[in-house]
Amino acid sequence: MPDTRPLHHGATVVLDAVPRLEVAHFRQAMTDSVESGARLVSLFGQPLDGEHWSLMGLLAHPSSGQLSIASTHVGGTYPALTPECPQAHWFEREIAEQWGVRPDGHPWLKPVRFTKSPVGVTEFFRVEGDEVHEVAVGPVHAGIIEPGHFRFQCHGERVLHLEISLGYQHRGVERALVGGPDKRTIHYVETLAGDTTIGHVMAYCHAVESLARCDVPLRAQMLRGIALELERLANHTGDLGALANDVGFLPTASYCGRLRGEWLNLTALLCGSRFGRGMVRPGGVAFDLDDARREELLRRLDTATEEVTSAVDLLWSTPSVMARFEETGALSREVCEALGLVGVAARACGLDRDARFEFPSGVFRFFQVPVSTWHSGDVFARARVRWMEVQRSIGFIRTQVQHLADGPIRAVTGALAPESLVASLVEGWRGEICHVAVTDAHGRFARYQVVDPSSHNWSGLAMALRGQPISDFPLCNKSFNLSYCGHDL
Amino acid sequence: MWRVIRARLKQGHRTIGYPASEPALPDRFRGRPVVDRGKCPAGCHDCADACPTDALDLGRCLFCTECVAACPEGAIRYTTEFRLATNSREDLVVRGDTLRLATALDEKTRRLFGRSLKLRQVSAGGCNGCESDVNVLNTVVFDLGRFGIQFVASPRHADGLLITGPVTENMRLALKNTYDAVPAPKLVIAVGACAIAGGPYIGHPEVHNGAAAVVPVDLHVPGCPPHPLTILDGLLRMLGKLPQRDVSPT
Repeated sequence: MPDTRPLHHGATVVLDAVPRLEVAHFRQAMTDSVESGARLVSLFGQPLDGEHWSLMGLLAHPSSGQLSIASTHVGGTYPALTPECPQAHWFEREIAEQWGVRPDGHPWLKPVRFTKSPVGVTEFFRVEGDEVHEVAVGPVHAGIIEPGHFRFQCHGERVLHLEISLGYQHRGVERALVGGPDKRTIHYVETLAGDTTIGHVMAYCHAVESLARCDVPLRAQMLRGIALELERLANHTGDLGALANDVGFLPTASYCGRLRGEWLNLTALLCGSRFGRGMVRPGGVAFDLDDARREELLRRLDTATEEVTSAVDLLWSTPSVMARFEETGALSREVCEALGLVGVAARACGLDRDARFEFPSGVFRFFQVPVSTWHSGDVFARARVRWMEVQRSIGFIRTQVQHLADGPIRAVTGALAPESLVASLVEGWRGEICHVAVTDAHGRFARYQVVDPSSHNWSGLAMALRGQPISDFPLCNKSFNLSYCGHDL
Repeated sequence: MWRVIRARLKQGHRTIGYPASEPALPDRFRGRPVVDRGKCPAGCHDCADACPTDALDLGRCLFCTECVAACPEGAIRYTTEFRLATNSREDLVVRGDTLRLATALDEKTRRLFGRSLKLRQVSAGGCNGCESDVNVLNTVVFDLGRFGIQFVASPRHADGLLITGPVTENMRLALKNTYDAVPAPKLVIAVGACAIAGGPYIGHPEVHNGAAAVVPVDLHVPGCPPHPLTILDGLLRMLGKLPQRDVSPT
C-alpha cells in the first residue's frame, strides 16, 4: 500500500500523519487498492475554508487485518471515483449533498437524505415501453416500520428496476455530534439505529477510549460482548420469524415473535432496558452481572435456546417454506463484492466478511466467533446465515458468562487527544458499523462520520429485486432488514 | 404436520395475564423516576444540568441514569412503575409526587372505539426502538387483538394514528397527509420521548419536537422507548378498560 498510510482499526493517529495526496493521486490510490481486493469503508468530506474541502478515504484490507488512509484537498469539483469504483457511489452522493462538492462523472448524483431539497423530489430512473408500468410505495408503509420511498419499474409482475429513495428519518445527528462529546452525545449514538444500540455505542466507545488512551477492564469488555450478541440474537430471531410471516408460515412467525422478546428481556435483566440503553458507557459498562443474575441468565439462555431451535427447525423441514426461500432475490458474489456489501447479506454470498473476524476489537480479540457463510446469495442463504449466527452467538454468550473475568467494570476516560483521527469497526447484527472521529485543537469532535451497514446494503436490496416478481419485495426486503434511521441519521 | 403439532405443544400458552394480574418486570427496569424533594439542597440543579434533555419532565425523559448519578444527595431513584401514560402534555411535567394517569374517553367516543379501535402507525423520525416495541404488542405475549385493538395498513381504515419519532421536517407532510386521510372522529397517540417532545433531538432544526406540532395529541406514552406494557396500559386506560387511578411513588 504505497501512498496511503496503514492504520490499525481503533488506533489513534495524529491528523498530520495522514498523507495528503494530489486529487489524481488520491483517486488512483483508492481505485487501485479496491481493484486489488481492498474495500472502501468510508469516504467523507470536511470543510477547510469556504472554498476547499478535505476528502478522507478509508480502506479495509481484510488479508492483513489493517486499514489504510489518505486524504486530498478539493475545490468545488473533482473527478468522481464511482465510475471505476462503484463502492464509492453512496459516499460521493453524500459528499455532494453535504458540502456541495461535485464529483464529476458520477452517474447517479442524487440526494441521499434530501437535507437541502424537498424530500422525495428527484429525477427517478424510468423504463419506458409497452406494458411497462411504475409502482410507487411509501414513505408511509403498510406495517409498523420506518418510512422510505420505493419506486419499481415493472413489466407485468416482473421488476426491471427498483429505486430506493430515503432521507425521511433525517434528524441531523452527525451535525449535532460536531463539537462533542457533551451530555447528549451518548444518547445520539444510542439512537443512531435504536435496534442496534449496543453495536453503535460500542463503536463510539472504542473511538473515544482510543482518543483518551483509556484501557477498558476485561470484565467490561466481556459484558459488552454478551450485550452485543444478545442484540444479534434478538434481531436475528425476529427476522427469522418475520421471514416466516412473509411466506405465510405462521407457526414460526408466531413463536419467533415471542422469542425475540425473550432475548430482549435478557438484555433488560442485564441493564433494565430491552434495547440495552444505558449499558455501555465510555470506559466500560454501567451494569455488572452478579452471581445470581449470571445463573438466571444461563438458565433462561438454555430455555430460550431450546425453544428457538424448535421454532426455527420447522422452517428447514417445511417444503413450502423452502420453495419460497430458495432462488428468491439472489445476489451474485460479484455484485456483492463490487458494491462492497457487508454483514449477513455479504456472508450469504459466500464472503467471510465479519468485523469480529477481520478486524476484531474488544473481547473479540481474545474469543473468536466462527464466521457463518452460505453460498447461494438468496433469501434462503440470508435466513440460513442468521440461524447459524444465532447458534454461534448462544455458544459465545454461554462461554463468556461462565468464564467472566473478575475485576472492575469501568475505567476513567480523560480528555480526548487533539487534532487526531480514529476509525472504529464493530460487527453489529446487520453488519459492519464504522465510526470515524476527527478531533479539533481542543479535543472536541470536528467531524464524526457514522457508516451504518445499511448505507452499503440498500443498493444490494435494489439489485436483488431485479427480475423478481414484485410480490416478492416484502420477502426480499425482510431478508435484508436494513435500517432507515441508521442511513438517514 | 406432526412436527408442527409437536412444536406447538412445546411452545405452550404464552399470553401474559395483564391486566388481570400484575406483570413481572426486571429489578433493574427503569419505570417512573421519583425525586425525594426533601433531600434537595437549596439552589441545587445538578440533576437538570446533567440531564441530556434538560428535563424534570416525563415527556422529555430518556429514562437514562444521568440525574441519578449527578444527584449529590441520592434523592432520585427509578421505580419499576410502568404505568405512565397521560392525556395531557402538562400532566407529564413533574410537580408533586402523584402522576395523573390517562382517563377514559368520553362516553360518546368510547361507544365508537371502545370495542374496536383500528390504528395506523406512522414513524416520523423514530429510531426503530419505539416501532419495535409497538410491534411487540401484536405478538402472542401481549395479544393486542384480545382488547379489540388492531393496527391496519391504510389510514382510511383507521380510527386514529399512533405516532413515533420527533417528526422530522422530511416526514411532516407525509404525517399531515396520513392524519387527514383518517376519517373523523379520530384519535392520536404519541409514543415515546421523541413523539412527545423531540427526545434527544429536541431543538434540532431538522425536527419539529414531536407530533403535537402537526396534529392534536390525545394520549402521551413516555419512555425511550416505552416498555410494551406502558403502551398497552395507556391504550387500555384511554378505552376505559382499566379502573381509574393515579400513581404515587412506591
